Amino acid sequence: MSNTERPLSPHLSIYRWPITMTLSILHRATGVAMAIGLVVLAAWLVSAASGSGDYDRFVTLMSTLVGRLLLIGWSFAFFFHLANGVRHLVWDTGRGFEKRQANASAWFVLVTAVAATALLWVIGS
Amino acid sequence: MSLRAPLGRVLGLGSAKNGTDHWWGQRVSGVALLLLGLWFVASFVMLSSLEHGIVVEFIGRPLNSVLLSLLCLTATYHSWLGVQVVIEDYVHAHGSKIVSLILSRFAHVFVAVISIYAILRIGLGA
Repeated sequence: MSNTERPLSPHLSIYRWPITMTLSILHRATGVAMAIGLVVLAAWLVSAASGSGDYDRFVTLMSTLVGRLLLIGWSFAFFFHLANGVRHLVWDTGRGFEKRQANASAWFVLVTAVAATALLWVIGS
Repeated sequence: MSLRAPLGRVLGLGSAKNGTDHWWGQRVSGVALLLLGLWFVASFVMLSSLEHGIVVEFIGRPLNSVLLSLLCLTATYHSWLGVQVVIEDYVHAHGSKIVSLILSRFAHVFVAVISIYAILRIGLGA
C-alpha cells in the first residue's frame, strides 16, 4: 500500500485539462472508430457486388436514425483524423511544438473537422 | 563511448528489432490515405444517387476500381498498424496481448481481401 505521507509527483488529474489532450485522445478514438468503419465499408462493397436486393437492404439499414448517426460520426472521424494527421506530420518535421502553436493548431483542426462534416451532410442531403 | 555493438549500430534496428519500419509505414500510408480518402469522399458526394445501378457503374470503372482497391488496402494497413499500437498500450497480459494482435491481423487482412474481392467482382462484371 502507498504511504500517503510521501509526496507524489503531479499526475493527470492535477492539471487543468488542455485542448491538446482532448485532441490526442480523439485522434486515437476516431482511429479505432474508423477501424470498425472499414468493416461497414466492406459490407457496402460486398452488398453492391451481391446484387440490388442485398444492396437495398444495406442502404435501408444505414438510412435508419441509428445508421445515419453512425455515418455522421464516421464522417467526422474521417475529417478529424485526416486534419489531425496532417498536424502530426507537421510535428514530425520538428515544427509547431510551442504551447501557443499546439493550442492554435488544435482548435484549427477541431473547427476544420466540424465544418467539413457539416458541409458534407449539407451537400450530401 | 557507446556500449552498442558496431553491428547493431550499422543495422540500426534498435531493441525491438524492427527499426523505424512501423513509424514510416504509418506516415507514408497516412499521406496516401489523405489523397485516396479525399478522392473517395469527393466522388461519393458527386454520385447522382446511391441507387444500386449508379453505385455499381461507379465502382466498375477501371480507374475507380483501382483507386478503391488501393483505398481499402492502404486503409486496412494503416488501421492494422494503429490498432496494433492501441492493443500494445492497453492489453498488458502477455497471452491476451499476443492473441489480440493475431486476431487484429487476421481481421484486417480479411477486411482488405473481401473489400477488394467485391470491387473486382463488380469491375469484372461477375
